Amino acid sequence: MNLTLRIWRQNGPNDKGRMVTYQVEDVSPDMSFLEMLDVLNERLILQGDEPVAFDHDCREGICGMCGLMINGDAHGPQRGTTACQLHMRQFRDGETIDIEPWRARAFPVIKDLVVNRGAFDKIIAAGGYITAPTGSAPEAHSVPVAKANADAAFESAACIGCGACVAACPNGSGMLFTAAKITQLSLVPQGQPERYTRVIGMVDAHDEAGFGGCTNAGECTAVCPKGIPLNTIGRLNRDYLAATAKRGDTPGA
Amino acid sequence: MDLYTEGDPIADTRAPEGPIENRWETRRFEAKLVNPANRRKMTVIVVGTGLAGGSAAATLAEQGYRVKSYCYQDSPRRAHSIAAQGGINAAKNYRNDGDSVHRLFYDTVKGGDFRSRESNVHRLAEVSVNIIDQCVAQGVPFAREYGGLLDTRSFGGAQVQRTFYARGQTGQQLLLGAYQALERQIGLGNVEMNARHEMLELVIVDGKARGIVVRDLVTGEISTEMADAVVLASGGYGNVFYLSTNAKGCNVTATWRAHRKGAYFANPCYTQIHPTCIPVSGDHQSKLTLMSESLRNDGRVWVPKAKGDDRNPKDIGEDERDYYLERIYPSFGNLVPRDIASRAAKNVCDEGRGVGPTKLGVYLDFADAIGRLGRKAIEAKYGNLFEMYERITGEDPYEVPMRIYPAVHYTMGGLWVDYDLQSSIPGLFVIGEANFSDHGANRLGASALMQGLADGYFVLPNTLANYLASGPLEKVEPSHPEAVAARRDVEDRIARLLAVDGDRTVDSFHRELGQIMWEHCGMERSDAGLRKAIDQIRALRDEFWQRVKVPGDGEGLNQSLEKAGRVADFFELAELMCIDALHREESCGGHFRAEHQTPDGEAQRDDDRFAYVAAWEYGGPSEPVLHKEDLKFEYVHPTQRSYK
Repeated sequence: MNLTLRIWRQNGPNDKGRMVTYQVEDVSPDMSFLEMLDVLNERLILQGDEPVAFDHDCREGICGMCGLMINGDAHGPQRGTTACQLHMRQFRDGETIDIEPWRARAFPVIKDLVVNRGAFDKIIAAGGYITAPTGSAPEAHSVPVAKANADAAFESAACIGCGACVAACPNGSGMLFTAAKITQLSLVPQGQPERYTRVIGMVDAHDEAGFGGCTNAGECTAVCPKGIPLNTIGRLNRDYLAATAKRGDTPGA
Repeated sequence: MDLYTEGDPIADTRAPEGPIENRWETRRFEAKLVNPANRRKMTVIVVGTGLAGGSAAATLAEQGYRVKSYCYQDSPRRAHSIAAQGGINAAKNYRNDGDSVHRLFYDTVKGGDFRSRESNVHRLAEVSVNIIDQCVAQGVPFAREYGGLLDTRSFGGAQVQRTFYARGQTGQQLLLGAYQALERQIGLGNVEMNARHEMLELVIVDGKARGIVVRDLVTGEISTEMADAVVLASGGYGNVFYLSTNAKGCNVTATWRAHRKGAYFANPCYTQIHPTCIPVSGDHQSKLTLMSESLRNDGRVWVPKAKGDDRNPKDIGEDERDYYLERIYPSFGNLVPRDIASRAAKNVCDEGRGVGPTKLGVYLDFADAIGRLGRKAIEAKYGNLFEMYERITGEDPYEVPMRIYPAVHYTMGGLWVDYDLQSSIPGLFVIGEANFSDHGANRLGASALMQGLADGYFVLPNTLANYLASGPLEKVEPSHPEAVAARRDVEDRIARLLAVDGDRTVDSFHRELGQIMWEHCGMERSDAGLRKAIDQIRALRDEFWQRVKVPGDGEGLNQSLEKAGRVADFFELAELMCIDALHREESCGGHFRAEHQTPDGEAQRDDDRFAYVAAWEYGGPSEPVLHKEDLKFEYVHPTQRSYK
């Protein structure tokens, strides 16, 4: 198939950026979306042009490194699919495809389609863990975990930190990402001691990093390649409310 | 052979003497300790943030060292450990099915085809149980039974159920556990995290590893970072084949640069080809996707009996199908180890019985299992894998049998390390897939995660302290002549790559190199083929340096430049792999030499001549020097592996 691509090109953080049109021919429906971009880049290099910079690594939908706005949809038209797992059979011959980077205040563009998602790491560093220094762990079977809780924790833990939720949100909020981690850790007994300090720390870090507030638009969960459910945000809110009421670090609270 | 020279054998691996069960305890007791107050004054560099590097950086920081961590990805959470699907082995014996530390040790030495070091493997089996405890305490959501206890399964042909798992995303969950521990230390100011940085050179001062030269991939800035010790946890080199299940960025540069500075590279020819990957669909293919080995628990592997039979699989009757694994290996059937399943698939395709558009594929058929257990049960077990298959191929595996073919997956070779995980350069430690240590010539399923975390959480933090306690080392600045020279080397190399300005892309060279390696140093190797490959690699490498085109400059993000540096190192590694494969005139594990097979086509080891680790020293371009470390088997007696 033959396609017209309109791709966001931006030389660096201070460049204004613009959409540039490219034609690509002989695209196989068996190619992945990123392989289609590889073909374009090989041609650009041989023409003496700069290839389009985009992030990618595992190309099997788990590392979370890739992320493209494709025709305005985070990761493109197929639900539950990262850009690297999207295949060209989802498109039609002759189609025009717009490709843009994640756009959010907390994710500044580095170059072309590459953005800085370091703010996500800051949210985790502010409490998205269970304190268990190496060597201090009790025998694994000393604390059983109800299967329903373990399964629900897993569902939230499946987040790959790609940032699609932020890119799709009209407010540029990182609440689904934050809530996924909070939900996972608050559902297991090991996560209880830090439950309320965690939620305060992470939400503060989220706000400081420049993410917007959540207004329950629900775009985040619609584009999430791992199907993180919206009700995780409800959990976060409940924990946050409880934490502010209890002032999480009060003894006996 | 004129391709290498032989140096002195390796006399001492620093493993303690005495009964194998006590060696690790002995080593830990004998190891010198560093006073907590002094730890704060010591800096350790850790390159890579996968299971090994992430867990090591977090643990060292918890102990009080100052840690500087580096990864090329945009976040430490994205290291390729994240893609491991199946599970992690541990000798917990929760199933009461006869498992024990000794059995895991035994299985690993045997599975490695008697080419690993007994002391190391025993230690791995011992600490495996601590890993599960540690990960559960971090909140890793392992699969559980209804009673709330951990579930385990049998994996990769093991006859006990010792594999812990988190659906098909075990690597992801374990890595996120280590990543979160690491982020906690970053938040506390104990780890300086440098994402989007690539190590391009090792700095050696007075014979000791004292720092690295790194490039900031965003700004292009080159800097020199000094430390008291350097830990490489930079993963394997499977991408030398271009197509593999590795992430696109996985590379050998950190370990290869260390090799060029004196670290021995051990058993580079030991590569693992995984039998269940989605076949190549065309020339545009950029990577290969693994379908978890667990699928072989219920799927049956077959090809048509007749050559060139390209009918729809549904039209091929039962009596026209060859379930070749069940036929050749009646006792293990579809669950034979990876190396055996891979080679069998190659053989039937070589016979002209392969399936699919390229004829390089075999069927993995779930029709029987769906008939026996019902579609619902299969969905519950493998739903996510079936969806992934359909997304990539456009075919529905509930209706049409999957097509699979082997692909490069893991590299057992790596930098040589002693029992302390220290390389042949003092102060340079190597952990995880980057070292050669525990898997011999073939790694068992669910053992990579175990080794990465064993090294990072439990082994290195003890052995590194012993090295640091022998200090204090004199303070070294980036202005030291050795550091300045290393930095200049990096700058010169980048300038050279940019200056060629030829007419071929980096990827076109990488693809061609991969084809040479797959053809001649893949599932089956031969004397003539390897010699041919060495000539081809040398010619292609010369062409690379004359014709490669790297657009842009060294200032700022330049992904072509990153790739060019990595491919340049793959060229040098590829030659050493072929030389290693050529010199090892036997078949063992993932290394199958056509000339060395039993009458019925199985791998034939030669323990009299080759029961050693081949540790290669860099003696200049194309001048490797072989050092042999003899392997002694005191506890597991070498036998011919048989899965019939």
